Amino acid sequence: MHVTESRTADHAGLLAALRRVLPADGLLTAEAERRVYECDALSNYRALPLAVALPETVQQVQALLRLCKEHGVPVVPRGAGTGLSAGALPRTDGILLSMTRFDRILEIDPDNRIARVQPGVRNLAVSEAAAPHGLFYAPDPSSQFASSIGGNIAENSGGVHCVKYGLTTHNLLEVTLVTMDGDLLTLGSGGLDGPGYDLLALVTGSEGMLGVVVEARLKLLPLPESIVLLQAAFPDLERAGRAVMDIVAAGVVPAGLEMMDQVAIEVVEGYIQMGLPVDAAALLLCELDGATAEVEAQLERVQALMRACGGYDLRLARDADERTRLWAGRKGAFPAMGRVSPDFYIVDATVPRRHLSGILRRIGELAEEYGQRVATAFHAGDGNLHPLILYDGGVPEQVERTEKLASRILDECLAVGGTITGEHGIGAEKIDKACRQFADPVLEDYFAVKRAFDPSGLLNPGKAIPTLTRCAELRGSHVHHGHLPHPELDRF
Amino acid sequence: MDQDHTEALVGAVRRAIETRQPLRAHGHGSKAFYGNPRAGEALHITGHRGVLSYEPGDLVITARAGTPLAEIDAVLAAQGQMLGFEPPQFGGRGTLGGAIAAGLSGPRRPWAGAARDFVLGVRAINGRGESVRYGGETIKNVAGYDLARLYAGSLGAFGVLLEASLRVLPVPETELTLVLEPADPLQAMIDWQRRPWPLSGLCVDDGRVCLRLSGTADGVNAARQQIGGEELPAGAAFWQALRNLELPFFAGDAPLWRVSLPPATPPLDLPGDWLLDWGGAQRWLRSPAPPAQVWAKAAAAHGHATLMRGGDRSGGVFQPVSAAQAAIERRLRAELDLDGVFGGGRAAR
Repeated sequence: MHVTESRTADHAGLLAALRRVLPADGLLTAEAERRVYECDALSNYRALPLAVALPETVQQVQALLRLCKEHGVPVVPRGAGTGLSAGALPRTDGILLSMTRFDRILEIDPDNRIARVQPGVRNLAVSEAAAPHGLFYAPDPSSQFASSIGGNIAENSGGVHCVKYGLTTHNLLEVTLVTMDGDLLTLGSGGLDGPGYDLLALVTGSEGMLGVVVEARLKLLPLPESIVLLQAAFPDLERAGRAVMDIVAAGVVPAGLEMMDQVAIEVVEGYIQMGLPVDAAALLLCELDGATAEVEAQLERVQALMRACGGYDLRLARDADERTRLWAGRKGAFPAMGRVSPDFYIVDATVPRRHLSGILRRIGELAEEYGQRVATAFHAGDGNLHPLILYDGGVPEQVERTEKLASRILDECLAVGGTITGEHGIGAEKIDKACRQFADPVLEDYFAVKRAFDPSGLLNPGKAIPTLTRCAELRGSHVHHGHLPHPELDRF
Repeated sequence: MDQDHTEALVGAVRRAIETRQPLRAHGHGSKAFYGNPRAGEALHITGHRGVLSYEPGDLVITARAGTPLAEIDAVLAAQGQMLGFEPPQFGGRGTLGGAIAAGLSGPRRPWAGAARDFVLGVRAINGRGESVRYGGETIKNVAGYDLARLYAGSLGAFGVLLEASLRVLPVPETELTLVLEPADPLQAMIDWQRRPWPLSGLCVDDGRVCLRLSGTADGVNAARQQIGGEELPAGAAFWQALRNLELPFFAGDAPLWRVSLPPATPPLDLPGDWLLDWGGAQRWLRSPAPPAQVWAKAAAAHGHATLMRGGDRSGGVFQPVSAAQAAIERRLRAELDLDGVFGGGRAAR
């Protein structure tokens, strides 16, 4: 999809002014240089930005935002560009603000268990820097090797371990942002809470629409003494789903609880031949961590629960090498799909855990109905599903069917109290789907939040929160006795 | 006992909006002493009560705002679960709505999370008198701005809470409290918190460290062997008293301050007596010091302070926020509480 906007502002004037405030090599305007930034990791959404800014100091970010506001030009902030919902999709009439040069870990404070970092620091680099002090940073998105802390804050990233350790929002103590007005705003504190209203909660996961993060204080946790990983096969989805519920209800909070369905197992086994039980309907991976005695006691309980639910072919990894081998199956699921299908579409949705088996069964039925193969590998402990729809992008009917199928899956998740995105964000990708999840009064309140932070509406516009007009068009209106809902809106 | 008063509450808020009459959501009044003094017509929420859904395997409970915390505790305890943030229940009373609106958390907070961390979604009456739902029932949810968490600790500044969905935690298999008297209690707490032990409470009262361990019997025993100290037989009662500000330290009329700091902060140079909770991150101070002095010392240590109870409350009880934050807060209140009926004054100036 290509996005175009009209160009009416004085772009030449703005670019000249930006050159004066940015470093000599800090403004990219040549098309070849801008191409690099035309999409994030969701590459089917592309737009060529007007220019790419690469500031190096907070003052430069402030000056840039003030200038853009003065010229009425939108700004799209971007971290490492690993986002999966086109949250950093540029605008052709706007500046792409790359924060990659803010890449310093400013402080590791082991006594307070805090890391103070710039937003361009990679997620994994924080844990690497904290490790010599026996500490780590818990949120671990799959992209943690490459994704940046600023991007993690924008997307409220989680990962395999968030079932126990929470999302970014639970591990963030303070952020300093630059608002679209160019003001510096620090939210939170060096303690466990901050003064005033919890604006830190609003900013986390706001997809770069409320401010540009220039510094963050992250909570560090003690490295666990022991980590074990248990894998079990299940003869049907119901029993695997039951095992997930039983483990949690038994009082065990696993560090990670992941599931793969039969299609995923088969494809992965074909890809890496690691001896996975290809006859199984589901594979469950349960990681436990903590003090050694604690982990041993929990392991015994989890093994018994899995067996009681019909789990078989139990495999246990006790050291890092064995764990890596077992995780290879789950983590290889996405690349493995690329081997059996020219394209695949990753759906990201969450349902309350009790609905997992039902949703998985329903996805199977829908896959059949639409004639598309679907593999599912996901974070069962959080109810966060990732159905992977396999298709051939060269066949237009398949592309269309895939989009419809993805949409149906999201509808099913919403119907049981789930959400249209568990961890990837709405971005530009799910902006239309957001109309299904959010009622109009909720959208009005979201606009109010946006106005409070960014009255000019120039910071990453068009992401995360759909307009009422858009929703009025997309929801399909049932006109009763000629009374149209929201008659004040422009339509169609 | 379950009753749905949504319609009546929405009606009351709409009338307030029409007449611009400020409201003051009122539960059991257990935290009436907390926050800035403010007027407004009492809007009673205790009639709007009942658990709406609870599935132990989901670790999520949804209940109406007026539901007594005691009732929620009982429902959860029957399934071996609990509210992980240990909301204070002053006088043994309190409602779910009050617990979220106040946003206060008990001794388990550094290891389990705060009230705001357990909020997955809320239903509330907004500034246009509409019943709206923010967030949801799932732990992972990154759709929309996190207004549900904004409600936690806002003391009703943005709307009237109707219901909340909270993540819950399993009750630990074993819990025990150790008492130790290390030479340097603060340093000892710093060191212990860097170890992977199943900690769930760590405080210093009168030079004595109380340390709570929660987990499997084997895990708790193994940590106990390494830590040493004596077991406090009435451990559960001690933490309960700390959570509800009922220890002897809290008795009397001296102004009570809650000071939130980076946990390893050396003792602040302020007159009065200290009790350190949250492994040093939450410090209680009984002190006649003027508010400006307490706020200045807390800010210099990269923290903030709240005049929790007593003292001169006329100048506000919360640490003033930065000019930039105050500006956003004013705009946010003007946008979300259009007619000023929720009177944000209790939580901010």
